[in-house]
Amino acid sequence: MSPLKISWKSLWSKPLSAWLNIMLIAFGTGILTILLLASTQIEEKLNNNSKDIDLVVGAKGSPLQLILSSIYYIDFPTGNIPLKEANELSRSPFVKRATPLALGDNYNGVRIVGTDSNFVSLYGLKTQSGKFWSANFEATIGATVAKEQNLKVGDTFFGAHGLTEVKDVHDHHAYKVVGILVPQQNVTDNLILTNVASIWKMHDEGEHEAAAVAHGEPGHIHTDDEHAEEAESLEGKEITALLIQYRSPMSVAMFPRMVNQMTSLQSASPAMESTRLFSLIGVGVDTLQWFAVLIMLIAAISVFVNLYNSLKERSYDLAIMRTLGASRTKLFFIVILEGLLLTIAGTIVGLVLGHFAMEIIGHYQESSQAKLTGRIFLNSELYLLLAGLAIGIFASIIPALQAYRSNISKILAKN
Amino acid sequence: MIAIKSVKHNYNGQQQLSFKDWNIKDGEQWLLLGESGSGKTTLLHILTGILKPAQGEVNIDSTSIYNLSSKELDQFRGRKIGIIFQRPHLIKSLTITENLLLAQSFAKLPEDKKRIDEVLESLDILSKKNAYPNELSQGQLQRVSIARAVINKPALLIADEPTSSLDDKNAEAVLALLMQQSALNNATLVVATHDKRVKDAFTNTYSLA
Repeated sequence: MSPLKISWKSLWSKPLSAWLNIMLIAFGTGILTILLLASTQIEEKLNNNSKDIDLVVGAKGSPLQLILSSIYYIDFPTGNIPLKEANELSRSPFVKRATPLALGDNYNGVRIVGTDSNFVSLYGLKTQSGKFWSANFEATIGATVAKEQNLKVGDTFFGAHGLTEVKDVHDHHAYKVVGILVPQQNVTDNLILTNVASIWKMHDEGEHEAAAVAHGEPGHIHTDDEHAEEAESLEGKEITALLIQYRSPMSVAMFPRMVNQMTSLQSASPAMESTRLFSLIGVGVDTLQWFAVLIMLIAAISVFVNLYNSLKERSYDLAIMRTLGASRTKLFFIVILEGLLLTIAGTIVGLVLGHFAMEIIGHYQESSQAKLTGRIFLNSELYLLLAGLAIGIFASIIPALQAYRSNISKILAKN
Repeated sequence: MIAIKSVKHNYNGQQQLSFKDWNIKDGEQWLLLGESGSGKTTLLHILTGILKPAQGEVNIDSTSIYNLSSKELDQFRGRKIGIIFQRPHLIKSLTITENLLLAQSFAKLPEDKKRIDEVLESLDILSKKNAYPNELSQGQLQRVSIARAVINKPALLIADEPTSSLDDKNAEAVLALLMQQSALNNATLVVATHDKRVKDAFTNTYSLA
């Protein structure tokens, strides 16, 4: 009969209170696990997607919205910017690389991005089959898109107007898949890339053939009817945003101010906006965290009360064990082990539940850009396990000391 | 060979109880007679190493038990002394066999299921070996507690008021079992009681005033 078996059998002689304690701890640990998994993944995704982009230039509006739409492809764009002004900025001595983005269409909810070869170098893209887009209406698609939309090189598809809805299909021009990207573990896995001219063309002719196409909503590539024929002219051409990489650290101080003052455009720094976004979400995360810690605390008290009460009932049991030859130290460990068994079981159940819940949340998430998964394991989860150990010892130390110190002669004489 | 020499105990810090010297030879069967409140339980606790006396010496098997460390004393008690309490008390969360295994492992002796079956057989409760304590009658529990006391073949078997809550017939039966088991396991037997019914069975008596 090892102390472990004695503790184990003693716990399960009262299965209800054992389960109550395990569930309490599991609930607290579960919430903490979900928070840990979600915040790590979100932070990782945010950083991974914006790592080489110093500044985004777009139409005036919310800077956060600009960042969300042109780096994370989540929100709607703030509007469009004249290509002429964008080109001027691109040629600025502060800028090392400027990548244009033209948004406005989707295929089954996957955003179609009009851009150029700068985009390829910016994200370090490679193709796993086929090639990068070059001619109009050629598209290179992300790895996830290829898998989920079941597209392969040579397939054709029709884009639809807007960023999510599948009505207003541009059925006069089909895109042709010419390449599929190597998985990047960032936002490009979920994009369809083509050149800017294709986006323009799609809409130019759309204006003629179906005049009913709605105008004026953010994100749509506007084309001025008067200039529709001059497809190659800069006048009236618009793009959605520019992704800027600085030439030198000095640009940080100069360039954003220049953009905001000298042009009708606005600039937004991904780093700053991510921090702002995180500080907004942070309040909620903090609240949940304290809530979980509170539950853990209640769980610890519950384990303590449980052990303390059962010790009162069992003081005679423990005295008998002493008469059978068990040392004080052995009784101490038997009681500590009971606390540890409860909290470790609770922590493990909680970790499993947390991962399971995270996977379910990820499964029902609509946004494919920020999909979360429960199938990753973090080193910091070990700390949760350690916290479980600590709570177990914390809750059982007083009862264990009582068992250690008990005067068996008095206890035996009482009965 | 068990001996107590000039043992005194302070009760509640002031009232002093002194016990006259007592020598018990191996294999003897003794009656410890005294009214309740005469210090019977105190003497039993001193004799079994549960309660350290204010002064005096207790020798069991030529070991002065209160010179042992707390841990050594616990182990010595587990191996050399079997105790039967007035009311049988077993660990409720463990089966009968596990309760006996507990006695073996706490005494740091190898677990021996054959020995357990043998003892349970001799007490006629082998059929209950996998039952939990709450499935047994009071009389069966008393027999299990005797089994637990003799499982490690102790040198000294001590029973504290084993018959006081039993009727004549059962009191006789339990007493017979105690004598039989102490003889079977070569253990010295000390029965503490104020029960006059038990008196005639013993030739050796130690009376507390």
